Amino acid sequence: MRYSAERMNLKPPLITITLLLLTVFSTAAFAVERFPPPEFDTEYQLPLTTVPPPKPVVQEYLNLAILLTALALASWLALKKRSRRGIFILMIFSLAYFGFWRQGCICPIGSIQNVALALFDSAYALPIFAIAIFLLPLLFTLFFGRTFCAAVCPQGAIQDLFLIHPLRVPPWLQHALSLLAYVYLAAAVLFAATGSAFIICQYDPFVALFRLSGSINMLILAASFLIISMFVGRPYCRFLCPYGALLRMLSQVSHWRVTITPDQCIQCRLCEDACPFGAIDPANPPKPTTVTTRDKNRLLLLLLLLPLLIVGIGWTCSLISVPLSRTHATVRLAEQVLLEETNRDQTTGLITETTEASDAFRVTGQPVESLYQTATDIQHQFHLGTWLAGGFLGLVIGTKLLILSVFRKRTDYQANRSFCVACARCFTSCPIHRQKLKQNQQN
Amino acid sequence: MTNENKNPTRRDLLKGSLRGASLLGLGSVAGLLAGGSSKDELVWQIDPQKCIACGNCANFCVLKESAVKCVHSHAMCGYCDLCTGFFDPDPINLDTAAENQLCPTAAIKRSFVEDPYFEYTIDEKLCIGCGKCVKGCNAFGNGSLYLQVRHDRCLNCNECSIAAACPSQAFTRVPAHQPYLLKDL
Repeated sequence: MRYSAERMNLKPPLITITLLLLTVFSTAAFAVERFPPPEFDTEYQLPLTTVPPPKPVVQEYLNLAILLTALALASWLALKKRSRRGIFILMIFSLAYFGFWRQGCICPIGSIQNVALALFDSAYALPIFAIAIFLLPLLFTLFFGRTFCAAVCPQGAIQDLFLIHPLRVPPWLQHALSLLAYVYLAAAVLFAATGSAFIICQYDPFVALFRLSGSINMLILAASFLIISMFVGRPYCRFLCPYGALLRMLSQVSHWRVTITPDQCIQCRLCEDACPFGAIDPANPPKPTTVTTRDKNRLLLLLLLLPLLIVGIGWTCSLISVPLSRTHATVRLAEQVLLEETNRDQTTGLITETTEASDAFRVTGQPVESLYQTATDIQHQFHLGTWLAGGFLGLVIGTKLLILSVFRKRTDYQANRSFCVACARCFTSCPIHRQKLKQNQQN
Repeated sequence: MTNENKNPTRRDLLKGSLRGASLLGLGSVAGLLAGGSSKDELVWQIDPQKCIACGNCANFCVLKESAVKCVHSHAMCGYCDLCTGFFDPDPINLDTAAENQLCPTAAIKRSFVEDPYFEYTIDEKLCIGCGKCVKGCNAFGNGSLYLQVRHDRCLNCNECSIAAACPSQAFTRVPAHQPYLLKDL
């Protein structure tokens, strides 16, 4: 790497400078006893430092129990009871409890990063309830589809409540934008696994709103997302949410799923109009009896394209691994220190234009060499990480293209497995569902 | 709820095996994580050895009034009359008048103990965690004033926004049963 090559050139003067620094700053250590604590003649009692404890961990297990109950209830309401009203009430509850009362952390969306960090950094021990918060919605999705999104996630709930006039996003745009979530997921895992940053939390659009406090940027982000959600159904869930990306993959193979009509579909298209998330796949005409060579060739081409995409995007992403590695504070610090050492005045040996971070580093007396080594190691991790992340993105894009190009027979209008968030709007609008409901009431 | 097909199609079979694989994947992730997991929650704390009292704690907390406050290790304090944590570097008089104090909110209370010693205590209601006193005490005193995350206030954000802004990487996650990194003799 270019960065490490520069480091090699600087080696001889650095060692002497480090030694110099060590002697200069060894006096600046903390907690020096310049004035010995007095021995009092009077009966003076030393006040003790108070240590108010954090909120008890029991509370987290209570949260977990409520999450489990809400997930079970949401699945039952969407799949068995088929009640939009029930979903709506549960959604309000989740928004109030998980959002405004609990004020966010730790949430399943953010827990992706904790899991990634725990998997790659053995020093980071993840609490058991955090593992459960990550896994429970995934498990439920594997069996019941995205019922977590429907009524448990407060982020989804607040966007759903703000939806007043849904505009139809054209399918090609919807498919393209939904890929952004995978980019976000890959980036979040990369930054978390390298211990650089938790970007999902930093750019969480609604947590500032739940806490009614936060930086002005976060509040602007929240406001703009809410304004967009008035016209585009659940923009964060559909196009950005990294946890949604995971749920989408799992709901593809879920055991049960939301069914629109309880009986024969009459193809009235009312459900399609009712869905604000473009998640209804229309019934299609019977499969053409002859498969043309063009279709075959296209499929073959896409299959060949898949490994190319994986390698190509992996390589492209690895090109930006050095700038990306600057999200890690240690890499930033190493680059700053390197810059300062390069610009060091040759005659006086003075360092100018230091930052708070580099000053703090010099006070510790840590050798510059070991800092450079750590930074280079992190950059190597980023190099590998960007390859993997890019490969993952290539796989996702390639698979998406393959899925889109394969003909799928649908006799009925169906909820799309990956886009459907089980909001229950579709079957509420289904005339067959309503008829059945009436019959049941009469009986 | 499922397709009424009696005979599973090729697609059903594929879905079933993929579902099984996903379950297995989730299970192994759970197993891997559970192996290195802790029963205890992790909370944020400042390592006083690394803190440089830059002042970011007062500005970057998501709370309007930061969860970071100054605490005082009285056992380390020299009880100086001219306390560099309490007084402005160039005080007009050595008294508690606001213009002589370093603390912008007058959160440090100075009281006479016995000649020549003065006690300094921190009123947490007033402290904003700016670390001005910490800097003063570290520079010329014993370093008995230092910043700590107060857990009665801290929301324990998954990503602490002060930690993200900390120039000296002084923020660390500590187990909840030992939530403070206290300075002591």
